[in-house]
Amino acid sequence: MIQKQKDHASLADDFNKDEDRVGWHDDTLWWIREKRDKIAWQVPDWELLRDAASNIKDHVLSNLNPYLLQFEANAIANGITVHWAADAAEHNQIVLDILREKEITKLVKSKSMLTEECHLNDFLGENGVDVIDSDLGERIVQLAEESPSHIVLPCIHKKKEEIGELFHKHLGTPEGNSDPQLLTEAARHHLRETFLSRKATVTGINFAVAETGEFVICTNEGNADMGAHLADVHIACMGIEKIIPDRKDLGVFLRLLARSATGQPITTYSSHFKKPRQGQEMHIILVDNGRTKQLGREDFRNSLKCIRCGACMNTCPVYRRSGGHSYHYAITGPIGAILAPNLDMEKYADLPFASTLCGSCTNVCPVKIDIHQQLYKWRQVIVQNGYAPKAKELSMKMMAFTLSSPFVYHTAGKMGRAVLKYAPFTLNNKFNPWYKQRDLPEVPEASFGEWYKKNRNKNEQ
Amino acid sequence: MANGIKKIETKMSSRTQILAAVLANQPGILPKPAFHPFSPGGEKDLEVFVKTATGIGSTVHFLGGMEEVKALITQKFATGRIISPIAELSEIAELDFAELDAHTLEDVELGVFIAHFGVAENSALWVTEDLLGKRVSPFICQHLMLVVNKNNILQNMHQAYDKIGTANYDFGTFIAGPSKTADIEQSLVLGAHGPRSLAIVVLA
Amino acid sequence: MKVGLFIPCYVDQFYPNAAIATLKLLEKLGVDVAYPANQTCCGQPMANSGFEHLTGGCNTLFMANFKEFDYIVAPSGSCVLHIKEHIHTSNHEDDKNISGKIYELTEFLTDVLKVTNLTANFPFKVGLHQSCHGQRGLHIAQMSELVEAPFSKPQTLLNMVQNIEMINLKRKDECCGFGGTFCVTEEAVSAKMGIDRVIDHEQNGAEYITGVDLSCLMHLEGILKRKNSKTKIIHIAEILNAS
Repeated sequence: MIQKQKDHASLADDFNKDEDRVGWHDDTLWWIREKRDKIAWQVPDWELLRDAASNIKDHVLSNLNPYLLQFEANAIANGITVHWAADAAEHNQIVLDILREKEITKLVKSKSMLTEECHLNDFLGENGVDVIDSDLGERIVQLAEESPSHIVLPCIHKKKEEIGELFHKHLGTPEGNSDPQLLTEAARHHLRETFLSRKATVTGINFAVAETGEFVICTNEGNADMGAHLADVHIACMGIEKIIPDRKDLGVFLRLLARSATGQPITTYSSHFKKPRQGQEMHIILVDNGRTKQLGREDFRNSLKCIRCGACMNTCPVYRRSGGHSYHYAITGPIGAILAPNLDMEKYADLPFASTLCGSCTNVCPVKIDIHQQLYKWRQVIVQNGYAPKAKELSMKMMAFTLSSPFVYHTAGKMGRAVLKYAPFTLNNKFNPWYKQRDLPEVPEASFGEWYKKNRNKNEQ
Repeated sequence: MANGIKKIETKMSSRTQILAAVLANQPGILPKPAFHPFSPGGEKDLEVFVKTATGIGSTVHFLGGMEEVKALITQKFATGRIISPIAELSEIAELDFAELDAHTLEDVELGVFIAHFGVAENSALWVTEDLLGKRVSPFICQHLMLVVNKNNILQNMHQAYDKIGTANYDFGTFIAGPSKTADIEQSLVLGAHGPRSLAIVVLA
Repeated sequence: MKVGLFIPCYVDQFYPNAAIATLKLLEKLGVDVAYPANQTCCGQPMANSGFEHLTGGCNTLFMANFKEFDYIVAPSGSCVLHIKEHIHTSNHEDDKNISGKIYELTEFLTDVLKVTNLTANFPFKVGLHQSCHGQRGLHIAQMSELVEAPFSKPQTLLNMVQNIEMINLKRKDECCGFGGTFCVTEEAVSAKMGIDRVIDHEQNGAEYITGVDLSCLMHLEGILKRKNSKTKIIHIAEILNAS
């Protein structure tokens, strides 16, 4: 039986049942936001950098076709095989075909949100290929059989005791031990064996340079490099929007990425892959999967500027208190909420509403995506396409009717106040979500309108 | 076989399909305005470089020449396999490691390499494949040492890419410290999959 | 100049004192203020819920009530922002005209009246809640996300009040969680956000929480009252008009 996917509100409600845990999750991510602030303030031209990054990305999107062709030509000239995948299924099949051709059944994968989006691991698993995720956070969620909850910090939702238990079960670490140093050491040994024994690796791509046909992968752990430099086959996957024009543009993006993501000046490794290693096969898969569609949406095209830093998640007061899994999509948080509806409006209709439109996300975004404006606009599109709950539609129509007429409004207002004053139990009960954790406002003697009529100029009618 | 042909057709047309869709959907061309980074005078570059590097967890050593480097290595890494393409270190390091299979470097204790330059704002050092011998070298060793000339410390990444220019490397990387992770409840652990430590030697 | 006073629907119904204080303050400062009695709502609750297409009636009514004024002033950042960005009648010129002359109260006092002193007295410890739409939308105060010089129109005005003591907060400008219909559709997160804000103010000794938006304050008040807190909410107009 297929269970109906719970929406963000229900999942967030579940998440909030453990108040201490929500507080812990919220504090942890807020701390990362603070680290980002601290380091941004050390860069005198921070806001100019954001402008530059935003402009470069706007330019790329307006010239994407030529840049893709330029990148492809240069990559091929460098000895890389370039593939094009219209959707997730095709992407997954291309990966499988490459592996099958070389009779490889074991793969080591470094972090790629694109492969999460395509559910690559599941597909490969069903087709006889064993995948081990090498990013520590990704490995942890893989062992826990969960999806990552954050695009940069995959297991930010997990406590070290839980990780300790997982490692005890799967890696044989001592029971009850939750020391991060020891657990990381255990993972180091386990994954080192993986790197040394596996012949193929799949990685993501942070930036692909049209000018030179090279691509850049940023990690702190060195796992992408360990996988790539020891494998006979390196498959690098990217969304078509990850192109940047020139090599020197990397200066702008590499200054912004890690600072925005985790408050570090740069990731430990920023590896530039231009040619395959001698004797190695290197592949790039360029993936559409809804991106061309989003490109055509004037109001939402800017979401394709995203460099997947996660700053919007760290700052979002709703994300911090609902957790990444409540977004039920590979890309979570504010950016996920403006990307997902493009792929499946019905399935992700709830996401743009999981926000107070506070605007914090828009202002930490290193490429100046107008995230909160897009959230507002998606709401209109979703409702126009008929995906608003029927009850909501009805109450909105009633509200519109009431507020379009001064007479109806005044009458309703008076009635509402009377109900609240004389029959508060009709509203102060468990059926009123407001009332669960908040009291309702007190009822004043008169509305302002009524006061004004009595106390001021009676000519204004 | 009909399905096989269809598959190939689909594969070819995905490229055409995607490029056509992009062309149809991309907005009118927007310019790429020039960006002028703020780069105040570089007198403090070395100081900033050292502060950033040590803040990240690297160690920084100011040495006069390769003899002193040799002495430092001997002092800190008395035992264990050492690899390096630097000729002056022939007495203590394997120089011909690049001819070996990458997998056989698995038990290397220390790798020592020259870096083209360092970047003050993030203490990253730029190394390319020709300086590394093998791509996996600076990742597979348990500890890493990078040697950079004092006069090759730049201020920021824009200057870095100006310096790299149109260089035709096969592979290059910026290395800004020991490998690390904070995936377990944001506790910083140095030594994830790459080296556990980075010693930066700044040569006079 | 003739100023049209725009009072948000829920302020009209539940917090008339804030509206009265706004009116009296403007009058004190020599402004010729009128309150069009046929106004209702800016349409934001519907628009933010995805039903912008139902706000035609509200827009028409708003235009009819306020078109002729030199300025429109409201004690609400979110309502002003909504009208400014989303008013949409059949006449685009009229729409632009309205957008150009609508102000939130502290904006108006700072930018148009250029107030430099007030005769208000409010001898209490006060926490300033930065309402998001006013702050990030109307730029009435700098936001912590940007690497830019700090400023705050509400704070500057509060500094003119005698005997007021401003408290410092742990998180200066985090959202309170009201968010319109969000407050009931995502009740758990909304309440948790509000509770966290309240705790921040309480822990730093606030006797009053103030701000430019009563929607935020109403939500915080609901939480304060539920936990029988001694801390109260008060709209900034009432402080600036206090004697």
